Amino acid sequence: MTAPQMALCVRDVQVSLAGHEVLHGIDLSFVAGRWTSIVGPNGAGKSTLLKALAGLLSYTGRIFLFDQELMAMDRQQRAQQLSWLGQNEPASDDLRVWDVVMLGRMPHQDWLAVPTAHDNAVVETALQATQAWDWRERSLGQLSGGERQRVLLARAMAVQAQVMLMDEPLANLDPPHQVDWLEQVRCLTSQNTTVISVLHEVGMALHADDLVVMQAGRIVHQGACSDTQTHRAVEAVFDERLAIHGLDGQWVAVPKL
Amino acid sequence: MTYQGSRGAPWGWAVSLWCLSVVGILLGSAVGSTGFESWRAAWQDDTLRQIVWDIRLPRSLGAWVAGALLGLAGALAQGLFRNPLADPYLLGSASGASLGVAIAMALFGVHPFATEFLVRLGLTGAAFVGAVLAVLLTLVLARGVQHTLRLLLAGVIVGVVLGAVASLITLMRPDVLQGMQGFLLGSTSFIDGSSCVLMLGVLLACLVMAMALSRVLDALSLGESTALSLGLPLLPVRVVLVCVLALATGTAVAQTGLVAFVGLAAPHVVRSLGKTRHHWLVLLSALMGGVLLLAADLLARLLMSPQEMPVGVLTAVLGGGYLLWLMYRSQSMRSAP
Repeated sequence: MTAPQMALCVRDVQVSLAGHEVLHGIDLSFVAGRWTSIVGPNGAGKSTLLKALAGLLSYTGRIFLFDQELMAMDRQQRAQQLSWLGQNEPASDDLRVWDVVMLGRMPHQDWLAVPTAHDNAVVETALQATQAWDWRERSLGQLSGGERQRVLLARAMAVQAQVMLMDEPLANLDPPHQVDWLEQVRCLTSQNTTVISVLHEVGMALHADDLVVMQAGRIVHQGACSDTQTHRAVEAVFDERLAIHGLDGQWVAVPKL
Repeated sequence: MTYQGSRGAPWGWAVSLWCLSVVGILLGSAVGSTGFESWRAAWQDDTLRQIVWDIRLPRSLGAWVAGALLGLAGALAQGLFRNPLADPYLLGSASGASLGVAIAMALFGVHPFATEFLVRLGLTGAAFVGAVLAVLLTLVLARGVQHTLRLLLAGVIVGVVLGAVASLITLMRPDVLQGMQGFLLGSTSFIDGSSCVLMLGVLLACLVMAMALSRVLDALSLGESTALSLGLPLLPVRVVLVCVLALATGTAVAQTGLVAFVGLAAPHVVRSLGKTRHHWLVLLSALMGGVLLLAADLLARLLMSPQEMPVGVLTAVLGGGYLLWLMYRSQSMRSAP
């Protein structure tokens, strides 16, 4: 049996923000085609790690995307393979939903080219998948927070990258659309897309394949979500204030009172 | 047939604004200190024809092009700095341009509204250099464009300080004082054929650059990280767009002086007509800026006819009022449930 393919490999990565070291010597690997959630208390460095993985921050150490050094890759090639959905990014209200999602096709388009039929089809699929199709003519400013989030998710999906990085993708989503999101991620991983998400809600994070547990800029644990050792690690970083139990074949996190 | 995004609407607006522009320029050529004169009379009378052809037409056309340059600069500034209040005056670029003109005038003793092409070119160059340096100074003071509030504050400070320096230079050279006075108020009355040609050339070049780079502005509207993640070379594109912004502002300021608010208002009016991508927004804002300044110029010439007021005074009053209304409306929209 061959070793599983690694989508992203992180080797001794350190990140400093404003002269202050936020990530200390991170070593991690993400298996291709799996969904990994990064959890940890506030200020653990989850979002910083995700940004480093996306090549949005300067870091020391090395990160490999499918065996290619991330920072040495061609900009457009990297953009085709790596899709990013940020948290609370100040998006302008003036773009129309259709145009927003079409921006996701940019890494595949030549500079002055008009969208091809394939681009149009991909954008339509992404909008249908997030049930945002009906608003395609509206501008972002006319949407609620949750509706906006679904459009931005469609934008990230339209890149059709092999690796998707999402920071708090469930922000502002109501429960039915949170479940929709879970199903979309399952669908993506079934097509061998690697999904890495930062989720502050532990209960949702436990639906992932793997969990990375962070604390104070370090990786405390990495393991399958079904593993009891992973559960103990999660409980430990949250000061034993929550407990993870099995319920109907799912894992749930409940507050420990 | 798959859906391809709606088209059509921006075309309609572009054509309407074109028609308005042509009508405005023709109207501007027919209006003068002697009241309305028909074009037919002008063809029969040599003096009248000369007035129309050598004075009124360049002036009206020049007002339109200067407005278009300012509208384009405003759309670029608002997209580039992701700030709906950005305009050529924020970032200090207009003050820098006027300082450049003041220094050139003090050094060479030329009148700000001299008619020789070379002098015009020189003043435009001085204004461009002043505008670029002012923007750079603002960016250095704000330590980059990431922090919007810091950028706005730095722009205001640079604008005030450079404006004061320009006033000081003017005060020290009484011979250029009168010319500078008209310049600071903003006026279209000294535009001639050569400045029209110069501005048209710059407008074309700036429009081509802006439209070619407009995709980056679209991506930037989703935030800096998203734009970077889409594989865009943000830094070089930003540098080029700041230069285009400074060139458009500097060229307009060198010909018409400080005409306020056109750059701010034009993109807002376009956005209130409908939401488009930056590709259309920069083009429509330029057309809208041209129409706005042309209309203001016509008004300025008619209101106190046979005298006229500096068009900068009029745009300041109208633009200020528009801005207040915008502020009031966004406040009442926010307080609504």
